[in-house]
Amino acid sequence: MLTFNDITVQFGGLTAVNSLSFEVPKGQIYSIIGPNGAGKTTVFNCISRFYTPSKGSILFNGEDLIKYKPHQIINKGIARSFQNVELFTKMTVMENLLTGLHPLLKKNIFPIALNLPSVKRMEKDARDQAYEVMDLLNITDLANEKVSNLSFGFQKMVDIGRAMIVNPQLILLDEPVAGMNPIETEKISELILRLKNELGYTVLLIEHDMSLVMKVSDAVTVMNFGKKISEGTPAEVQNDPVVIEAYLGEVETHVAAK
Amino acid sequence: MILKLLENKRLTIGLLVVFMLIYPFLVGNSNYFMTLFVITCIYAITSMSLNLLIGYGGQISVGHAGFLTVGGYSVAILSSTVGLPFFLALPLAGIMTGSIGLLIGLPAVRLKGHFLAVATLGFGLSIPQIVLNWDGLTGGYSGLAVTKPLMFGSDFSLFYVFVVITVIITWLIQNIVKSSLGRAFIAIRDSEVAAQAIGINISFYKTTMFVISSFFTGIAGGIYGYWVGFVSPNDFIITNSFLVLAMIVVGGLASIPGSIIGAVLFSVIPHFTDSYIGITNIVIGIAVVLIILFKPDGIVSLFKMNKQKLVKPAGKGELLVQGGEKENANI
Ligand SMILES: Nc1ncnc2c1ncn2[C@@H]1O[C@H](COP(=O)(O)OP(=O)(O)O)[C@@H](O)[C@H]1O
Ligand SMILES: [Mg+2]
Repeated sequence: MLTFNDITVQFGGLTAVNSLSFEVPKGQIYSIIGPNGAGKTTVFNCISRFYTPSKGSILFNGEDLIKYKPHQIINKGIARSFQNVELFTKMTVMENLLTGLHPLLKKNIFPIALNLPSVKRMEKDARDQAYEVMDLLNITDLANEKVSNLSFGFQKMVDIGRAMIVNPQLILLDEPVAGMNPIETEKISELILRLKNELGYTVLLIEHDMSLVMKVSDAVTVMNFGKKISEGTPAEVQNDPVVIEAYLGEVETHVAAK
Repeated sequence: MILKLLENKRLTIGLLVVFMLIYPFLVGNSNYFMTLFVITCIYAITSMSLNLLIGYGGQISVGHAGFLTVGGYSVAILSSTVGLPFFLALPLAGIMTGSIGLLIGLPAVRLKGHFLAVATLGFGLSIPQIVLNWDGLTGGYSGLAVTKPLMFGSDFSLFYVFVVITVIITWLIQNIVKSSLGRAFIAIRDSEVAAQAIGINISFYKTTMFVISSFFTGIAGGIYGYWVGFVSPNDFIITNSFLVLAMIVVGGLASIPGSIIGAVLFSVIPHFTDSYIGITNIVIGIAVVLIILFKPDGIVSLFKMNKQKLVKPAGKGELLVQGGEKENANI
């Protein structure tokens, strides 16, 4: 469904992603793991078209995404959440989700300014949809709370909810459980499985929490220094000596830094 | 509880409407006080328009006086030179000003923060100069007369027409900011990255904001022209741009009632202070500083706080901040 062909991304002299190729099959949960700074988020930013690779192509359902602008990507059926949460902070949870529906709502100024019945109806349907997503995330009681008043864990859920609400074909989740406690993590891992099994989404997941990755993933790509160093089923990559070395390396640099 | 609030809101609006209807009688048809009221309406429309751009959309403009001038001259030219009737000339003035807004908005969307402020400042400064120098069209120094609408022979009936127009525009702008369009504006203000990721075309909506904002400001300028019956190059200058800015900051950013409160306040203050030369600006300056220091969300936040206390049980906010623990307790 999504194919990276030999993608390279450079920032000045730094090569963040180096000749990366991988393929995400439809209907799977595909994970990208790797140490900090490996280039994982950069992969997402290429798909979202915030970054343009210096080399290679990104095919989605056979079509190259490079020719699109960031705001056109959602219409292709790709939604995303953000590693550090990018919410509309002064809005409520409900308003954030409604804003996520932007691609599906009519934006013609004249009926809107006159608040015609068609607009009222559309707004009501949109609210119903938002409540469905909140139900799924178990945050319905927070509907009218400003997101800036929420804990980081809840903000992450709203961020995911806002991506889900348009029913994308492919959803990109950037470290969805970072900063969450074990119970919230458990809930999110169940949610990710439901996205695949019940809603039929394809999921591209970046995650540091290994137990989550091992539990939900159909396939895993391991990155280090912008390169793919391993690929396979969770069990395969877990036992790959190259992967173990990369992660050990990370631990060692951490120790050295202290 | 919510019903009670709704009633209150209806009550407030009802009282306001009644007040506007009986106002001419209250002031004994005094030309001075009716003008004060119409000027307040003009500023209310302008501050709502500017708030749509700044408060909701996060795009600064320090040049809205320029749009008021364009609106005023548009009705002057359309009514006197072209000879169009009131009900055509006024909306056309909005459309012409909106087109200027489009021209400004197209390049302006590439500018951020201070640069956008400087660009719009330049626009606001140059409009009076253009008007002065294009005297074939604008009459230069001597200004232009506006042909008053025949339908509304007296200022008395014209007053009501403008009150109704102001109420309608308030309703239209309120509908816009509460809609999917308004949410797109706020989204751009809060996070351009997230806005793009959910499909919002940033430059399109920034331009749209400029067009909507300048359209309504143009109508306000048109109302000014029709009410005064005359427009001249220095009716709306840079200080007026800053005054409208002060109105929305003091009244409340991203708030329609806030815009109106600010407009009323700063239109009425000069009435009390004008007899002391120079004091008006000092009073306005002090008001802005006090608000920024003590009530950064504007005067309107005083009312909102009461509302929140009513709706939200005390202490809930604290619970939410520690959402993780609350979740633990639930499971
Ligand atoms: N916009 C940018 N400008 C410069 N360097 C960047 C930018 N975005 C990412 N990088 C660099 O690219 C590398 C990969 O970053 P990132 O993709 O965020 O890693 P990960 O998500 O795997 O932790 C890092 O060295 C980071 O500093
Ligand atoms: Mg990252």
